[in-house]
Amino acid sequence: MIVSYEIPLLLLVLVTAGGAILVKDLMSSVLLLGSYSFFLSLAWAWLGAVDVAFVEAVVGAGLATVLFLLTLFGTNPKDTRLRRPPLSLATLIIFPLLGFLLLYAASDLPVYLDPNSPASVHISPTYLEQSYQDTHTPNVVTSVLMDYRSLDTMVETVVIFAAGIACALLLRRDAS
Amino acid sequence: MMHPHDSIIVQTLGRFLIPVVQIFGLYVLFFGQYGPGGGFVGGVILGTGMILSVLIFGHDASRSQLANKVLHVDGVGMLIYAGVGGLCMIGGGEFLNYSNLEIPGLETASRRSLGIVLTQVGVAVDVAVTVVSIVFSLSAEEIAEDSANG
Repeated sequence: MIVSYEIPLLLLVLVTAGGAILVKDLMSSVLLLGSYSFFLSLAWAWLGAVDVAFVEAVVGAGLATVLFLLTLFGTNPKDTRLRRPPLSLATLIIFPLLGFLLLYAASDLPVYLDPNSPASVHISPTYLEQSYQDTHTPNVVTSVLMDYRSLDTMVETVVIFAAGIACALLLRRDAS
Repeated sequence: MMHPHDSIIVQTLGRFLIPVVQIFGLYVLFFGQYGPGGGFVGGVILGTGMILSVLIFGHDASRSQLANKVLHVDGVGMLIYAGVGGLCMIGGGEFLNYSNLEIPGLETASRRSLGIVLTQVGVAVDVAVTVVSIVFSLSAEEIAEDSANG
């Protein structure tokens, strides 16, 4: 595999994620989080998941940043000053252990683009072969989301609706 | 209440950008069957265009009337989605099985394609309204803070 821009891309993802945690100012943290989402969407697009990359770019880099900024404008600066207590001993033991476990489990993941991985032999060949005959929809992601797994998408829509209702209930004080 | 932005650069760019954003949102929504995109992303882009007009021109401007009016259709997207499922049941099949949509002159695959378009419109309406509603809720909080601070 040609390693030309993947390593800088992943480094940028790591640096922006770490910077969003470590930076002193909440405003810079929000903007770094937006750029982190943008680099992450580039990584999704590099892996071939264009739909996921699109959602990540629009929602993570665009909308979530706007929502965070609106929230920041509504807060008092002295309430949002960052205090970092020193790390406790349990944190120092548990989190490296957790990271080690995750890395250990990652060695069991199938190789990238492996045609015999469990995800590519179970049901996805059926979708890929029959999606166009069944639904006249060239984009398989859309036909799986909206036709084969339509009920799941409907409940997702209910979740978004409930989020909007909950925000209105919690944040709007007057009856206007 | 959001006040209009006083910079002429921002206002001019907003006048130019908002129609482009809305057209692009519609394109993403209806092109989702042929390329990346779909109801969710299209709805977010449409909602973002309305948020942009609220942020630039304020709540009361005539350009923001769409964003103010769109709050009245909260829940209509859900009704569209579930209504398509109900039409499928009226047609004699399972819930959300689009091949039972009663449309004469269409074969099964085209009916399912049409069902996908209709449900995507439902998702887009729901997401756009929710996004605008959340932003209005957050700026309502800002109003309360402003009046509390004097």
